[in-house]
Amino acid sequence: MQMPEPDAKVLARRERILVRLAEALPEDALISDPAETRAYDCDALTAYACAPMAVTLPRSTEEVSAVMRICHEEGVSVIPRGSGTGLAGGALPTADSVVLGVSRMNRVLEVCPEDRFIRVEAGRTNLSVTGAVEDLGFFYAPDPSSQLACAIAGNIAMNSGGAHCLKYGVTTNNLLGVKMVLADGEVVELGGPTLEQPGLDLLGVVCGSEGQLGVVTEATLRILPRPEGARPILLAFDSPVTAGACVADIIRAGVLPVAIEFMDRRIIHLTENFVGAGYPLDAEALLIVEVEGSEPEIDEQLARIKAVAARHDPLEMRESSGPEQSAAIWKGRKAAFGATGQVADYLCMDGVIPTSALPDVLRRMAELSAQYGLDVANVFHAGDGNLHPLIMFDANAPGQLEKAERLGAEILTLCVEAGGCLTGEHGVGVEKRDLMTRQYAPDDLDAQMLVKDVFDPDWILNPAKVFPLEASAARRVRKGAAA
Amino acid sequence: MSAGAVPGAAEVLAPADEAELAAMVADAAARRAPLRIRGGGTRLALGRPSQAAAELSVARLGGVRLYEPGALTIVAAAGATVAEIEATLAAERQILPFEPMDHRRLLGTDGEPTIGGAAAVNASGPRRVQAGACRDLMLGVRFVDGRGRVVKNGGRVMKNVTGYDLVKLMAGAHGTLGVLTEIAFKVLPAPECAATLWLEGLEDETAIRAMSAALTSPWDVSAAAHLSGGPTMIRLEGLEGSVRARAERLRERLAAFGDVETAEEGPLSWRDVRDCAPFAGRPGAVWRVAARPSMAAAAVARLRAERPVEALYDWGGGLIWLLTPEQDDAGAALVRAAAEAAQGHATLVRASDAVRAAVGAFHPRPGADALAAGLRARFDPAGVLNPGLMAS
Ligand SMILES: Cc1cc2nc3c(=O)[nH]c(=O)nc-3n(CC(O)[C@@H](O)[C@@H](O)COP(=O)(O)OP(=O)(O)OC[C@H]3O[C@@H](n4cnc5c(N)ncnc54)[C@H](O)[C@@H]3O)c2cc1C
Ligand SMILES: Cc1cc2nc3c(=O)[nH]c(=O)nc-3n(C[C@H](O)[C@H](O)[C@H](O)COP(=O)(O)OP(=O)(O)OC[C@H]3O[C@@H](n4cnc5c(N)ncnc54)[C@H](O)[C@@H]3O)c2cc1C
Repeated sequence: MQMPEPDAKVLARRERILVRLAEALPEDALISDPAETRAYDCDALTAYACAPMAVTLPRSTEEVSAVMRICHEEGVSVIPRGSGTGLAGGALPTADSVVLGVSRMNRVLEVCPEDRFIRVEAGRTNLSVTGAVEDLGFFYAPDPSSQLACAIAGNIAMNSGGAHCLKYGVTTNNLLGVKMVLADGEVVELGGPTLEQPGLDLLGVVCGSEGQLGVVTEATLRILPRPEGARPILLAFDSPVTAGACVADIIRAGVLPVAIEFMDRRIIHLTENFVGAGYPLDAEALLIVEVEGSEPEIDEQLARIKAVAARHDPLEMRESSGPEQSAAIWKGRKAAFGATGQVADYLCMDGVIPTSALPDVLRRMAELSAQYGLDVANVFHAGDGNLHPLIMFDANAPGQLEKAERLGAEILTLCVEAGGCLTGEHGVGVEKRDLMTRQYAPDDLDAQMLVKDVFDPDWILNPAKVFPLEASAARRVRKGAAA
Repeated sequence: MSAGAVPGAAEVLAPADEAELAAMVADAAARRAPLRIRGGGTRLALGRPSQAAAELSVARLGGVRLYEPGALTIVAAAGATVAEIEATLAAERQILPFEPMDHRRLLGTDGEPTIGGAAAVNASGPRRVQAGACRDLMLGVRFVDGRGRVVKNGGRVMKNVTGYDLVKLMAGAHGTLGVLTEIAFKVLPAPECAATLWLEGLEDETAIRAMSAALTSPWDVSAAAHLSGGPTMIRLEGLEGSVRARAERLRERLAAFGDVETAEEGPLSWRDVRDCAPFAGRPGAVWRVAARPSMAAAAVARLRAERPVEALYDWGGGLIWLLTPEQDDAGAALVRAAAEAAQGHATLVRASDAVRAAVGAFHPRPGADALAAGLRARFDPAGVLNPGLMAS
């Protein structure tokens, strides 16, 4: 993975830039000692790291605006950062950049259950948004597995999903408005506490723009009344193809589960060794299907699901009879990544396919795995086709990381060819930047870059991400940079 | 109201496919000859009257391109009619969840609404509160930008964060950033059963509290509407046993507000709510106001103090349709101020040509409007796509 050469002119002005930032910010909001900035050298894609010139941790929109104004005038790249749990290197700095972290902006600003929204500062963690409304009987629906740590800011930038998005949608479907600082320091508000906005849907394009269009400082989020209950059922099959067919039939049967999760044989055994969830070990594929509602509603939905599943000769159907059994059913699924990490290093892919292509894609993935001699374990959101193949390798063996990356690229290409896409929730960042041409033609990419041209004409916000470096090269020449 | 023909449009262009359409837009751009984009023509009376030399019809770009009921996805050419899509889905007991409005009654237009037109205006009906807006269900688009370039974005899968989400940007752009040629939607199973609970005689303020009580309950309400001076209605949908159980619980909760009736449909059908039928065929301007539900009734009361107003509330009070006399500016200044007081905004949906020429259809937004203008200048540098239509 390649990053642009640091801008020597910017590096030469380092002292002056730091002085200007120090003048504009409270003392503890600027970090430039390399020992202290180390925590900001990478996000959760730890294979790539780089020390930034400085890290700023403002406490208000005004302070964010001040940082942006200075960086804009000085022609310095800014890397917005939430909690740094991103898996695509979206928050990876460059040596000539300033990291702008919003983690200290985490207050709740307004809670309105009648109008079903909450307004928070963007550094607030995902789980603590739900925490702020659960006593009122509400929750914030998008629930990435990283929800304890990740910030709403990062969720918005990545348009993050979660286990329950089959029913509730992803971040963009639950985001009503943002306050955002543009590259030149101007503060704009997009959307608000209503369900519809006039004019172009700018909020819609800001969500998922990976920190390239502005720094989000506040968010208005839709909250939903918490359902009365939820219950999972575990379905075991003797082939992944049958499990895939069962998923399609459940969806066609008119019930909409909140989650349908898939685990292959490799994951079943890995998690069994790790947490002993008691999954059937003779199964080639497991589905966990969860439905919500009151007790009678749950019974009605599960009866329908069981009738569909029965037509596919399952090895076992294990319906939860209470909270303990529900937890047991979810236990292995929740431990899947940890269990894999116990036995190997792994790369987590995030491709999406039309669910109808599931059997074919799984078969071809197995062939690729054999061809490369690297194990691939599969655990994913089957209802929406978002695959998370875990490519297992040994980071200490020379050349294995590169080999695993090549296999990853082939798997993602396979997803695109099957009618899907490179990434369903983790984002492009630097990780998948150079694969973008497999999904998009030059005109498709240019149309996206036109949007950045409008929001950030000098391309100072997170410039070397999302678009292949070649494609963005002409635009990344700093037109407005100070001498 | 004249809605069919474009005033002064000399020419009608009707490309047979996307490539031809792209060539026509490129040619118009080269000549700087503005185009009025037309789907089914049922909503052409919306927005500022535009001064187009020619009309570009997408009607010949028709047909369902791909439908996978098991994956809940459908891909259709932009000129496909909403009726055709709905019939295709109905055969598999599925629906377009966003209940696209049929404007023909309200606007007095004819023609067949197209799926491209619905997407271009982000048409979202009563189920907005539960299933989302049209834009929430749009998975991917193909479009021709103002230079005549074919662009694709998104895809046909339910989760996709590969690059920027131009799908949202195109939804509701009223054709000012590009001409949609193909759209992929997420669809849902058709509800097997529906029930409407309703109360009569509630003041607006009380009605909104009743709707909020329903919408903040865990019983998955799929629509909540109130006609000022008429019924207050709540809809539940789903499997039969579930609907019955939830209706019972909801009835108990709503009893505090008065006598609750239950039937499959209420006194006003959901189709009538969707299409704003109470104001169809009646003189006056029609506004569509987005508001915070808890502030909606006060906003309408404030307007009523100045001007005769009729109101139909949808989305539990989050959307207010207003019927008000056309005189002067159709109350634009008052309506916009009232909308702002409810932290929302107002769109002029129906008015005479004279009023529409004088009053921008869309609510101005400082900051955002400058960005929007920047986007239009990049996507349509020659200014040929519905120029001026979205001017606020
Ligand atoms: C201010 C305003 C507010 C509106 N609010 C709503 C609303 O809230 N809900 C609602 O349902 N409808 C709303 N509309 C309505 C509107 O224009 C439609 O709902 C659509 O489904 C009509 O279908 P049609 O095929 O007849 O479209 P047409 O009447 O032919 O076109 C509708 C609009 O979309 C454009 N258009 C049509 N096809 C394409 C295409 N393929 N690519 C790009 N642009 C295209 C047209 O230029 C026109 O501006 C609003 C319109 C305006 C101007
Ligand atoms: C164990 C684990 C499990 C995960 N599970 C999921 C999952 O289930 N679903 C899922 O979708 N993701 C998941 N992720 C990925 C990650 O948690 C999400 O992408 C998350 O939204 C990132 O949030 P963050 O605050 O950590 O962002 P960061 O990593 O700090 O930043 C992510 C991106 O957002 C930008 N950004 C940050 N703050 C701002 C701001 N204020 N304004 C503008 N741009 C900003 C950054 O520049 C960067 O491009 C997981 C990650 C881990 C480590």
